[in-house]
Amino acid sequence: MRLREAWLPLLLLAALGIAPLAGFAASYEMTLMARMMILAMAAVSLSFLVGGAGLASLGHAACLGVGAYAVVILDAHGITDALRVLPAAIGAASAFALLTGAIAIRTSGVHFIMITLAFGQMAFFTAASLSAYGGDDGTTLYSRTELAGTRLLENRLVFHYICLGALALTWAACAMLLASRFGRVLRAARENAQRVEAVGLAPYPFRLVGYVIAGGFGGVAGFLLANATEFVSPAILSWQRSGELLFMVILGGVGRLWGAILGALVFVLLETWLAELTPHWKIIFGPLLVVSVLLLRGGLSSLVAPRHG
Amino acid sequence: MTAQLLLVQVLNGLQLGILLFLVAAGLTLVFGVMDFINLAHGVQYMLGAYLGAWLAAAAGSFWWGLLLALPAALAAGLVLEVLVFRHLYARDHLSQVLATFGVILFLNEGVKLLWGASPLQVPIPPLLAGGIEIMPGLQYPIYRIAVLAAGIATAGGLWFLVDRTRAGMLVRAGATNAAMVSALGVDIGRLFTMVFAFGAMLAGFAGVLAGPIFSVEPGMGDNVLILAFVVIVIGGIGSIRGAFLAALLVGLIDTLGKSLMPDVMRLFLDASPARQTGAALASMLVYIAMAAILAFRPAGLFPVRAG
Repeated sequence: MRLREAWLPLLLLAALGIAPLAGFAASYEMTLMARMMILAMAAVSLSFLVGGAGLASLGHAACLGVGAYAVVILDAHGITDALRVLPAAIGAASAFALLTGAIAIRTSGVHFIMITLAFGQMAFFTAASLSAYGGDDGTTLYSRTELAGTRLLENRLVFHYICLGALALTWAACAMLLASRFGRVLRAARENAQRVEAVGLAPYPFRLVGYVIAGGFGGVAGFLLANATEFVSPAILSWQRSGELLFMVILGGVGRLWGAILGALVFVLLETWLAELTPHWKIIFGPLLVVSVLLLRGGLSSLVAPRHG
Repeated sequence: MTAQLLLVQVLNGLQLGILLFLVAAGLTLVFGVMDFINLAHGVQYMLGAYLGAWLAAAAGSFWWGLLLALPAALAAGLVLEVLVFRHLYARDHLSQVLATFGVILFLNEGVKLLWGASPLQVPIPPLLAGGIEIMPGLQYPIYRIAVLAAGIATAGGLWFLVDRTRAGMLVRAGATNAAMVSALGVDIGRLFTMVFAFGAMLAGFAGVLAGPIFSVEPGMGDNVLILAFVVIVIGGIGSIRGAFLAALLVGLIDTLGKSLMPDVMRLFLDASPARQTGAALASMLVYIAMAAILAFRPAGLFPVRAG
């Protein structure tokens, strides 16, 4: 990835960094920005899968949900320190990705989309049946996760920068992974799996590891989302949420990781703005989605940085 | 669980399966012939239910509602095809998923705007009201039996249409290799439109039939859509026969699972956790079945497309 191409997302990250110091520090604005950054993080990890490995998952929200439920479940059992909760959230989400990915990656194309959707639905119904943790109604996280014994995450400014850092880290890590030898195999298998096999590499384990890594990042996003909203319900892993994440990736442009950041920011802003206009905002949002798919073939990022050659 | 209860559950399962088949038939043809993922197929079922409920209330008779809702659903399908879907056939699956997801958002909100968010009730037509004794001391609603019969008749008609007529032959040929059919001089664009509109009408028909059984509400198509996708993936994409068998299978698994699983779990667990895990497992059963079938037969039970 050429960093010069990515001036817009770098600018956006910088803007998010300055925003709380430049007067956008009201509770409402901070909440909105946290939501943007966390969803952007999830979208980047999904873009790593879709654009990088060619695995269009329609069940990525499940990884977020597993991470988020890890937070509230551990909290209910008195484990509230991030040093233990975060690894547990990542571990649970990766384990979920490993188990489901091991089966899903055997299929390809449409079947892969459908089977990831099916696993997402399984996670959804499991969450809805956890009556000890609210069942359908969800459950409130009464205090945010502690950090080494301190209530640091309760501080809105600190939480803001943690989210920003996590987003930047996810982007950097996914970009580095895609540029590495490992990523090269993933990208090659996306273009032509048979050729990869012909040079003596089996795509399956590479894809599976990629799927698990994306799941792990999804788990981190889930951990942050649970702490940001202080409430977790099965809606967090509904298939509509997976669809929204996929939309952010496509809206931003599949070929570029940072497109997902752009897509997530635009999505959240649009959603918030339209919801203020009318309670029936989806009646505007739906056609906008259709039009953006029909007209913006390369996504928003291709408007900012047209691809050469 | 007595034999009577089991019989009722089996009938309920078959009837859910038949409704799923009516939705899945259009979906699998559209998917098989055009290689087009239409997530909006579920809202076409919902639209059918709303049109049926609305027209029945306006005309004062369920039958007029049914009769008028079918062409209305067909027209709605045509409008959507011309406005949106036609421009997506050449695009990748991801774009199709997203654009049709946009249509879902629009129509779900649209019916909420037009008919309100609260569920509509559709009365059972007087001709089919009441129950019939299917076993000594066991009444079963006539309407549900009528739905079952109507679904089986439609499935038979569909089989005839697809297997025994020229149009059906083209559709089957298109599902196997659309480019070849086009090269042989068939207007594939018109075939696509026809298949699409017909599929929309079948989904609408299922929606009208479902009206008096389930409540008619925004979002009612979403669950049906996902189950219908499970059906066509299990059955093999593009296969009507596969869709029929898989639909009955999914309907039975879902219905029997929901009534039996809590009792099965009771064998291993206490009453309260048994009810809970049983309900969770029951909701998951169809997805587990699908994952298991795909793990062993990645192209479904009756694959159509030639490799």
